[in-house]
Amino acid sequence: MAATTGTSGLLHRRPALRAGLLLAPPMLWLGVAYLGALAALFVTAFWAQNSFTGDVERTWTLANFHDLVTIGVYRTIALRTLAIALLVTVVDAVIAFPVALYMAKVASPRVQRLLVVAVLMPLWASYLVKAYAWRGMLGTGGLVSDLLKPFGLDTPGYGLTALIVTLAYLWLPYMVLPIYAGLERLPGSLLEASADLGARNGTTLRRIVLPTVFPAFVAGSIFTFSLTMGDYIAVRIVGGPNQMLGNVVYDNVGAANNLPFAAAVATVPVVVMLVYLAAVRRTGALESL
Amino acid sequence: MTVSRGFRIVLRALTVVALVVIYAPLALVVLNSFNTNKSFAWPPTGLTLHWWGAAARSDGARAALLVSVEVALIATAVSLVLGTMAALALQRHRFFGRNAVSLLIILPIALPGIVTGIALNNAFRTVFGWELGFATIVVAHATFCIVTVFNNVQARLRRLGGNLEEASMDLGAGTVTTFRLVTLPLLRSALLAGGLLAFALSFDEIIVTTFTAGAREQTLPLWIFNNLFRPNQAPVVNVVAAVLIVASIVPIVLAQRLSGAQREGLAGAR
Repeated sequence: MAATTGTSGLLHRRPALRAGLLLAPPMLWLGVAYLGALAALFVTAFWAQNSFTGDVERTWTLANFHDLVTIGVYRTIALRTLAIALLVTVVDAVIAFPVALYMAKVASPRVQRLLVVAVLMPLWASYLVKAYAWRGMLGTGGLVSDLLKPFGLDTPGYGLTALIVTLAYLWLPYMVLPIYAGLERLPGSLLEASADLGARNGTTLRRIVLPTVFPAFVAGSIFTFSLTMGDYIAVRIVGGPNQMLGNVVYDNVGAANNLPFAAAVATVPVVVMLVYLAAVRRTGALESL
Repeated sequence: MTVSRGFRIVLRALTVVALVVIYAPLALVVLNSFNTNKSFAWPPTGLTLHWWGAAARSDGARAALLVSVEVALIATAVSLVLGTMAALALQRHRFFGRNAVSLLIILPIALPGIVTGIALNNAFRTVFGWELGFATIVVAHATFCIVTVFNNVQARLRRLGGNLEEASMDLGAGTVTTFRLVTLPLLRSALLAGGLLAFALSFDEIIVTTFTAGAREQTLPLWIFNNLFRPNQAPVVNVVAAVLIVASIVPIVLAQRLSGAQREGLAGAR
C-alpha cells in the first residue's frame, strides 16, 4: 500500500512524468514502429534493385522516381487515380449534401435518429461485401442492366464507370456524417435571420449554409480522397482491366518483387495527401474529422 | 429551418432515392444467397437453402472467421490501452508537440491503406526480421485501430472537464486511485463505443491485411477475396456476404444502446 501511495504521490507531484509515462507506450508504437516503418519505406524508394538477382541494392538513386515520371504507363495510372479520387469525392459530396441537409434541418427528431442509423448501417457492412454487391448489380444480366433495358441502355459493365460508382457508394457514409454533424451545429436562428432578411432558400444555401459547412465537406473529402487513392481491391472486383496506383504497388511488392519501385509509387499518394492536409489545415477541417 | 414546402419535398425525395441506392445492392446479395441460379442473373430463377448448408459446411470460411475474430479481439484490446493512454496524456496535459502527437495518431487512417500496408510489410520482414503471420496482422490492425479509441476517449474527456478528478485528488486519492475509481467509470461507454469501432474496423480490413498476412493465415475478408473469382465458390461466398450484411445490424444496435457514445463515435467510424 505504501508503495502505491508513493508512486501515486510522485505521479501527482510530477505531471510531466505522468504525461511522459502515459505517452511512452503509444509513442513507441506509433512514433517509433509506425513512423519508423514509413521512414524505412521512404528510404527504400531511393534504393536500386538488381535486375538480375532481384535483390535490393543499397545504393542511392533517383531511378525509381525517374521511371515513375518518364514511363507513360505509370504517369497515366497516376493521373487516372487522381481523377478517379476527384470524381468519387465530387459524386459523394453532391449526393451527401441533400441527404445530410434533410437529416439535420428538415426531418423530425425521430426520423433523424432513424436516418443516422440507416446511413451508418452500411458502414458496418463489410467493404468487400459492398464491392461484391456492386459486381452483382453491374454484371451482365444483373439488376442494373435489367432496370436500364426499358430505356434502351445497358449496364456500363466492369470498367471506370463501375469503379467510380462502387467507390462513391463505399465512401458515401464518410461524406454524409461530417456534413450532417456540421449542419447540426449550424444554428437554426442563423437560417431564420437569413430568411427574415429576405433571402430565398437558394440564397441562404449559397451564402450561409455552404460556407459554414465547408470544413465538413473538406473533412469528408479527406476520407474519400485518401481511401480512393489507396484502393486496389475494388478496381480488381469491378474495374475491369484498369489499374490504379494501388495495383502497381501491389504487383511490385508481390509478383515483380521490386520493393524500391513499389515504395516510390507509394510515395505519390502520401505526398498528395500531405499536400492536401497542409492545404486544408486552415479551414479547421481536421477538427471536424 | 424555414424551408419552403417544395424544397422540403425535393430533399425528402433525394434522401429516399439515396437510401434505395444504398440498400438495393445489399438486399440483392441477401436475396441471391437463396437463388438457385449460380450466376445470379436477375430475376432469380428459384429459391433454395442449399447454399446456406454448403456455406455452413465450408471449413475454409469457418477457419477464416475464427482468425478474423481473434485478430479483431486482440487488436481492439491493444488499441483500447494505447488509445486511452494517448487521450489522457493529450487531454489532461499541455506540452510541446501536442498537435504533432494527435496528427501521428490519425496518420495510419489518413494515409492510404496501401502505404501503411507496404510500410509495415517492409518493416516486419527486413527491419524486424519477422515472418508474416498472425502476430503481424494483429500489430498492423492495432496500429490503425488506436485512433477510434483515442477519438472517443478524447471527446469524452473534453466534455467531462477535470473537476471531478481534481475533487478526487483534493479528497486525498492518488493518481492511480482517481483513475480507477473516477476517470475509468466515466469513460466506460466511450471505451465501449471506441472498442466497438476498433473491432469493426479490424474485422473488415483487407488492404493492410493483404500485405501483413502470411501465406497460411486468412482473415474472413481475405478468404472472400481469394474465393471471389472462383465460379464454383460463388454461391458460398454469397452466403458469407449475406451473413455479414445481416450481422452488421448487431453493432448498430449496440451503438444505439450506448447513449451519447454513438455521436462521439461518428468521427472515428472508419
